[in-house]
Amino acid sequence: MTATLIAHATVDVDAEGFLTDPTQWNEEIAEAIAAENGIPELTDRHWLVVRFMRDRYLATGNAPSIRSLGKESGVPVKELYALFPTRPAKLAAKIGGIRKPTGCI
Amino acid sequence: MSRKRIVILGGGTGGTMTANRLRRRFDLDEAEIHVVDRDDRHVYQPGLLFVPFGLTEARAIVRARRAQLRDGIVFHEAEIAGIELDREEVVLAGGEVIPYDALVVASGARLQPEETEGLTGPGWNERVFTFYTPEGAEALHAALARFEGGRIVVNLVDMPIKCPVAPLEFAFLADWHLRERGLRSRTELAYVTPLDGAFTKPAASAHLAGLLAEKEIELVTEFNAGEVDGGGGTLTSYDGRALDFDLLVTVPLHGGAPFLGSAPGLTDALGFVPTDKGTLRTAAQPNVFALGDATDLPTSKAGSVTHFQAEILSENIVRFLAGRELEQGFDGHANCFIETGFHKALLIDFNYDTEPLPGRFPGAFGLPLLRESRLNHLGKLAFEWVYWHALLPGHDIPGIGPAMPTRGKEIPVHAGARSTR
Repeated sequence: MTATLIAHATVDVDAEGFLTDPTQWNEEIAEAIAAENGIPELTDRHWLVVRFMRDRYLATGNAPSIRSLGKESGVPVKELYALFPTRPAKLAAKIGGIRKPTGCI
Repeated sequence: MSRKRIVILGGGTGGTMTANRLRRRFDLDEAEIHVVDRDDRHVYQPGLLFVPFGLTEARAIVRARRAQLRDGIVFHEAEIAGIELDREEVVLAGGEVIPYDALVVASGARLQPEETEGLTGPGWNERVFTFYTPEGAEALHAALARFEGGRIVVNLVDMPIKCPVAPLEFAFLADWHLRERGLRSRTELAYVTPLDGAFTKPAASAHLAGLLAEKEIELVTEFNAGEVDGGGGTLTSYDGRALDFDLLVTVPLHGGAPFLGSAPGLTDALGFVPTDKGTLRTAAQPNVFALGDATDLPTSKAGSVTHFQAEILSENIVRFLAGRELEQGFDGHANCFIETGFHKALLIDFNYDTEPLPGRFPGAFGLPLLRESRLNHLGKLAFEWVYWHALLPGHDIPGIGPAMPTRGKEIPVHAGARSTR
């Protein structure tokens, strides 16, 4: 875990750049992480997914999988891939300032 | 105490073990025990892996459900029409109503191949197969017998699945099978997974990736299967990667039993039952419990897990009906043999907090962990007898309890505690 500067704020991140303390997150940080990962602008649809991920993580301690995300967030899996290319669940978690989803066992 | 009634939904591994254990805990005048299932076919599911290779036959691994239940247990062969949590009743498809004092959800996981676009379309059971059902495993056996070389893709669509190591075992056994038949040099084998490695837990994942490489099986990671074209022989991911196949062996999406959806608040979005990690009580009602593949617990959906749970669940039903505090006993313990071919197998043992580590199980002189050995393969074969004759009847196995043993394991200083939830 290392401290790094994102959008003028010092935050703790893991080796892959996921925030390790979700309370250090804010919307500017989200936009900066998104831009760095090939999403120049966060639309309402992006925010819907990011907030859903974050709320679920804060409530349960677990980020939803791509499949539950597609069923519960109201954004179908195909669109999730269009919004967050390649790795939607991971990227939305990273932008939402929560830990990397661990997947199932 | 007036006579209580315990109703168990599902006569598979978890339901049968729980019913048999509870039948021994209660006299006939203390509790009635009912088991409901839609059919009378109990499949020894670990055996399905061997069917495609002709190492066993589907009919050899199926027995009557009712024959596995002790005397004094009532078996209902019926579909479940609904569960009325407030009225504490289960309604059967024929209209019969069974009231309960305690309810156990043991209805397992259902395969949902139709949830993946094209999967059950052209080519299904012709060049696209799953070995997760007796029928599918038999069809794949016939196809492998006809196979003369080409490209075989083994894909798990998404987690959670039953027995997360089974698709890997299939790839290992396919490699062995094809080498024995002299077809391996004419066959490409690929293992395609949505995970970022061969398996979920780091140490085991690295070891298993090494085995895949050794056996010349291509590993494709972070592949979320979006569409199958069985006619053309292409598997496409949501992010647009396309893989060609002559034979696709798929593990379809899993969900909970559909009838659970009739009870508001009992299941999550995938149909699994939110369940307390330690007590195995559901979040829905204090008198509703769950175990095995039906739960949302962050551990493997596997018979060994269900076996460890059954012991704790039975104890907690006894405590609940007596008005006593529940035991927080389940630690997420899982124990899996992984067949690697050539008469060898690996063994892994882990729980909620400890990933699979090298060492020996259940103690210093036991079976080798995370290492291929003949002994583990014999252990896996012997397990079938143990399943029918010790696990299902609900007997304890000496030396193997619900709590994960740490003796015999090589535990790194910094590892150990790794919270999964």
